[in-house]
Amino acid sequence: MQILLYILKRILQTIPLLIIVSLISFFIIRLSPVDPLAELRLNPSVSKETLQAETQRLGLDRPIIVQYGKWAKSFVKGDLGVTSNGEKVSTKLAERIPNTLLLTIIVIFLSWVVGIPLGIVAAVNWKTPFDRILTVLTSIGMAIPSFFFAVLLLIFAVKTGWFPVGGLTSSNFADMSFSQKFLDITHHLILPVTVLFTLSLAGLQRQMRGNLLDVLDSDYVKFARAKGISEFKVIFKHALRNAVNPLITLLGFEFAGLLSGAALTEYVFQYPGLGRLILEAVLKSDINLVMASLMMGAVMLIAGNLIADILLIITDPRIRNGS
Amino acid sequence: MIKDLIKQLWKDKFARIALVVLGIIYFALFFADFIAPYTKDFSDRSMAYVPPSKIFTIDENGKLSKPYTYNYKREFDENNLKIIYGLDRTKKHYVKFFAQGEPYKFLGLIPMKRHFITTDGDGRLFLLGADINGRDVFSRILFGGRISMTIGFLALFVLFPIGLLYGGIAGYFGGKTDMIMMRFAEAVMSIPSFYLLIILASVLPSGMTSVQRFMLIVIILALIGWAGFARVVRGMVLSVKNQEFVQAAKSIGASHFRIITKHILPQTTSFVIVAMTLSVPSYILSESGLSFLGLGIQQPDASWGNMLKEAQEYTNIIYRPWLLTPGFLIFVAVLAFNLIGDTIRDILDPKSKVR
Repeated sequence: MQILLYILKRILQTIPLLIIVSLISFFIIRLSPVDPLAELRLNPSVSKETLQAETQRLGLDRPIIVQYGKWAKSFVKGDLGVTSNGEKVSTKLAERIPNTLLLTIIVIFLSWVVGIPLGIVAAVNWKTPFDRILTVLTSIGMAIPSFFFAVLLLIFAVKTGWFPVGGLTSSNFADMSFSQKFLDITHHLILPVTVLFTLSLAGLQRQMRGNLLDVLDSDYVKFARAKGISEFKVIFKHALRNAVNPLITLLGFEFAGLLSGAALTEYVFQYPGLGRLILEAVLKSDINLVMASLMMGAVMLIAGNLIADILLIITDPRIRNGS
Repeated sequence: MIKDLIKQLWKDKFARIALVVLGIIYFALFFADFIAPYTKDFSDRSMAYVPPSKIFTIDENGKLSKPYTYNYKREFDENNLKIIYGLDRTKKHYVKFFAQGEPYKFLGLIPMKRHFITTDGDGRLFLLGADINGRDVFSRILFGGRISMTIGFLALFVLFPIGLLYGGIAGYFGGKTDMIMMRFAEAVMSIPSFYLLIILASVLPSGMTSVQRFMLIVIILALIGWAGFARVVRGMVLSVKNQEFVQAAKSIGASHFRIITKHILPQTTSFVIVAMTLSVPSYILSESGLSFLGLGIQQPDASWGNMLKEAQEYTNIIYRPWLLTPGFLIFVAVLAFNLIGDTIRDILDPKSKVR
């Protein structure tokens, strides 16, 4: 019950946060000298009525505060407007967000499954050659610019022909059976996942290693060892739980970092995700689309932090029973 | 304290290598005008995409000779329908050191003509090949590096005072001020940073001079990072603001501003140094990412990021791999900064075991 209340409180707290985010984004975009309807005006397939309706909806002839009010009102109602091509923003987002989520969730899952054990092994074998090699490798992993790595992998894909060059699905995707579809998507995902996985694995392994080393230094671990508990039990039963907690807090940040890193990776691999959408929207100065995808990015980030917080309550009794 | 830090850094093997590498890079960038055989804008359209110049030290008779190079000439291979680059062996161009070449202004002030390495007037010495406009990639890497390797520092110098003051004020006054200021900072942090970066960059009007654009990109980079920094500063301020020295300052009637800037913020110095070294690489990466997308530094100016823009085409990366060199340089620079950052963390916090 207490947990539920806490979760409810945290969810309510995100509302003012989202309002400020939308205010900031709105004013940044409105500061730009670009006419938000320029593309729409030039597009012959967009009718005069649509244009009129958009001007009305955005209240472009009104002061900026009123404009924001109008935008916020329709946003709450779920009406995100149309893109400069006349498509609905909401359908466009619904098409792209799952792809970005798919990419980031796979990456987070893989980097936890691989990064945590590697961190543990490195901490247990502190200062051995194995640990040093891992440290060198993670240093390299953290220093490669994501887009550069992506470009290098693309060369590899083009030269060997082992991997598709960009996109998420093959051209004949619609005719495939379910299992073929699954394999096709997996095949397309390998390279972008590799890029983001390398980046996020390196950071996570280092964090885990550092945390575990800290915990292994603490008194209660020394006490457990002194009692004669086996090293295996000391690490997995006593030390590990405390070492993982800070990582859960980091999960939210990791998610944020991945969203940003994904934007460039998506761009290089022509991956149909939110990051590439926002980039295309920005290059075309498609205001509705930019605004909506910015908000969605923020919602995803805040949701990520929220999930991390909730996980933390579950794993850490001190927070649950404390404040 | 700073002196001690550098001394200890020098003792560490990896950090020493990193310092030397960065030292070489910054030295080369500082003397870029002199070291580069060509100016930033020198272009020879007939030399588009030529491979790196081959330098020979043994002449056709098998005798040792002064180093010389041949120009490339473009030929169209009709059988395979592609352009091939052959050596024009009719004329030798000797490589000359400290000789006269393209005129330039050293550091933008002193007019000079001497270059560290160059060749005679109609010879072309492209050590790392040429780009689509027939510009020397090696020279542009040097000039582009000036932008890529300084923009992060400049952004930090803009961001740190803002973050310090913001976090300082929020932490010091507490209560409602703190609540409102921190909600705002959290909101900024809730926008995925790269999305925010793209959008801010796209707001920039076109038709600015390159200096204006450079400055605005510095400011944009600073706008991304201040919030997270301010939050940590606030936390530190909260922990010191009730100590005796602050109360003492209050009791002798020091103003709030004075207490924050003279008494509280100096307590955060070591944190600031660590945070600065740790965040330089991320700004280098942000700038190069932004320029890679075409939203950062614009042609004809060079930056490592926008030079890599050409690597977006498959044909370029496969047939003209020398265009990828800036990417390796970014990697090396970031790696070096990270190594130094890790070592500084180990030095300042003896409990930390980054390495």
